[in-house]
Amino acid sequence: MSSEKKIESALLCYHCGDECKDDSIKIDEKLFCCNGCKTVYEILDQNKLCNYYILDQTPGISPNINFGTKFDYLDDESTIKKLLDFQDESISKVTFHIPQMHCSSCIWLLENLYKLNGGVSFSQVDFLKKELNVTFIHQKISLKELVRLLASIGYEPQILLESVDKKNEDKQSKQLHLRIGVAGFCFLNVMLFSFPEYLGIDLTDAFLKNFFIVLNLILSIPVVFFSGWEYFGSALKGLRKKIINIDFPISLGILALFGRSLFEVISQTGAGYFDSLTGLIFFLLIGKLLQEKTYSYLNFERNYKSFFPLSVTIKIDNAEKSIPINKLMVGNRIIVRKNEIIPADSILLNGDGRIDYSFVTGESKPVNKVSGEFVYSGGRQHGSVIELEVIKEVSQSYLTQLWNNEIFNNPDKSSESYFTNFSNAVSKYFTFFILIVASISAGFWFQSSMHTALNVFTAVLIVACPCALALSTPFTLGNAMRILGRNKLYLRNSSVIEDLAKVNSIVFDKTGTITQLGKSNLIFTGTVLNSFQQKLIKSLVRNSTHPLSRKIFGSLEGDEFFPVTKFDEIPGLGVTGVVYGNSMKVGSKVFINGSVEEDKTGTKIYISVNDEILGYFSVTNSYRDGINETINTLSLKFKLSLLSGDNESEKYNLLKFFNEENDLYFNQSPENKLDFIKSQQEKMQNVLMVGDGLNDAGALKQSDVGIAVTEDISSFSPSCDAILDASNLKLLPKFLNYSQSAIKIIYISFVISFLYNLFGLTFAIQGMLSPIIAAILMPLSSISVVLFATLSTNFVAKKLKLLNKGGT
Amino acid sequence: MIVLLIGVSLFVAIGFLIAFLIAVKKGQYKDTHTPAIRVLFDDNTEEKNKEENKSESN
Repeated sequence: MSSEKKIESALLCYHCGDECKDDSIKIDEKLFCCNGCKTVYEILDQNKLCNYYILDQTPGISPNINFGTKFDYLDDESTIKKLLDFQDESISKVTFHIPQMHCSSCIWLLENLYKLNGGVSFSQVDFLKKELNVTFIHQKISLKELVRLLASIGYEPQILLESVDKKNEDKQSKQLHLRIGVAGFCFLNVMLFSFPEYLGIDLTDAFLKNFFIVLNLILSIPVVFFSGWEYFGSALKGLRKKIINIDFPISLGILALFGRSLFEVISQTGAGYFDSLTGLIFFLLIGKLLQEKTYSYLNFERNYKSFFPLSVTIKIDNAEKSIPINKLMVGNRIIVRKNEIIPADSILLNGDGRIDYSFVTGESKPVNKVSGEFVYSGGRQHGSVIELEVIKEVSQSYLTQLWNNEIFNNPDKSSESYFTNFSNAVSKYFTFFILIVASISAGFWFQSSMHTALNVFTAVLIVACPCALALSTPFTLGNAMRILGRNKLYLRNSSVIEDLAKVNSIVFDKTGTITQLGKSNLIFTGTVLNSFQQKLIKSLVRNSTHPLSRKIFGSLEGDEFFPVTKFDEIPGLGVTGVVYGNSMKVGSKVFINGSVEEDKTGTKIYISVNDEILGYFSVTNSYRDGINETINTLSLKFKLSLLSGDNESEKYNLLKFFNEENDLYFNQSPENKLDFIKSQQEKMQNVLMVGDGLNDAGALKQSDVGIAVTEDISSFSPSCDAILDASNLKLLPKFLNYSQSAIKIIYISFVISFLYNLFGLTFAIQGMLSPIIAAILMPLSSISVVLFATLSTNFVAKKLKLLNKGGT
Repeated sequence: MIVLLIGVSLFVAIGFLIAFLIAVKKGQYKDTHTPAIRVLFDDNTEEKNKEENKSESN
């Protein structure tokens, strides 16, 4: 009840739920915080779309109504062509990324777009990817109008450089589903038709017997040549690189099974091994599905392109024009509005820069710049409009040149590790061993019977087909990845676990990684504030949107406010006003009494009432909960170091966590960080980098495993191997421990599957491998390995208390 | 007789296989989250809500 009362008294906007300053903006007794929200309500109301407000409370997003020339670049034919998925004479299809969507109301509204504009014929949301597919009639509504429509209801699509460089749709997973469908269907039918054989029913009717066998043959053809085709391809690819991977013995086994069965059918000597063959491929594909079931809606490949806008407004002869960002040249004058990103290194010409580099450095406090100052790219302007002159091209700017480093142009790390991972290493020796055993036993039988020799040779290859071996890795790692995902560590793919298990050195970033963004501690020094003074200060700073004002606002007590007159906010200095007859100032020392601040270790905000200084608030970094224990636990097993882009002011505090002063590095540029990781790797260390900002991007990429720590997993994070929700950073020691256990489980599963293989080999060498033994042995070994892998990964997770935690 | 029955059963099974293949091709396995939310939307939530409110006040 009490919370409801609060909502009423605080005057919340009907649309977006923000606090309203007063009740001046309203329709039908519904309050709105701004005209933007009111407009959206009107649009929705006119079109009878007010269901939007019923599905979820205050679902809206406060829109920015003044677009100006912002979307003009969408008139450009070549840009349109790049953005559209499909176009014919009448309709166009396009996919937008809309990060603002957050609830079922959003889905409902976006899928009812056709009611807002007749030009839209169909729209569909993919909520996890935060994507909207729109089909529209381009004679009725242009792409630009469509984007403006979306923006006007608060869902401005994010159109980025990256989305123009289109990627292949996830055709692969579609293919895999198809392959599994076919394999499963054929496998079950073949099993059915093999029953007479299993049960030893002697079919007297020769025709019926042959009918079943031929049916099996026909059914297994698509399994081998469609479902299993990838294994041959992969094995060949490996051979070309002179590597024998796990797919080679598998292909050998498949071919031996199929060839032998075909031979038996043609020579009418037996029923063949079609059931084992189809079952084998079906199980293998299931394993593959588990391995490839990654978090496709998370993006692990982001670089500056997914961060920069597609277009930029330039000023030529006092006229504003919107151009694509890659056509921006040195000497151009650009206009950057509130909340836009500075695309290239430039010099500030006009306006007050309040630039937030939180994406780049993790530091959330905006930096103030005055005209004539140099501005690095990548910052977001928080103040009003500024004008800049570009002095470096986008690709040569401070932030973006990091991506010119060779590490970003190297072939994909994951494809490399694919060929070096453990199961492939084992399969090399395994294959040679099997071929030798097959040849020797065939040679032995060759003296007595050519036919038996051939039988034995194929039987060895069939039995030795390492399907249990091939299954143990995907099932163990797939399940381990799922468990880690439950604990909010999202891996790029399952082979990251293997890399995690090898880590012996950990490098931390400071800001935003071990310290908490936006939650820095505020400490007041001076005479103790009474509740009246607190109320005075709170009433004053309520009018400012500066992050520090908001912070002070949040730290003080009191729910009632005094009216403020003569309020003024001087950017970069502070706020002033008359509250309840008291003239108040909140801001920097220069602002309060004109004297210059001597102590430069941290930010201080002074408070004065009627020219009397009460004291100051100082901001200190706040470390994440439990970071102390986490680092202590880790230091027992790993070599730890810390890289910070900041100065040394926090050094003393950090020494409480890190034992050695030599492991702390300050004033590190993004390149420094990358080089540090490289030097560690040259000392034969397997490095885990834990970072967050774009300035860690190089280090994250260079390291053996890069974990990006983020407060909100769907928001921006740099290219990395894993994304970790910041609240669970304290579980890092457990995650590392768990990965090592997972690798041990794989070793044990390998031993189990080898035992099965040896058992099967004793039959095969003696020439006694009947189809029924193969049909029992192969699924049995596969299933027991799968069961062992799944159960033991769950067991270890339970022991480490990683299970039944962190929700669904 | 058996041949005929098996033929029929295979025919039915292949029908289901084709249905599955079409479903995959149409992308039904691409997004498994949103449809679960979408199915809960009522065509006329507004009117229904009003009715509910009425019945509550009575």
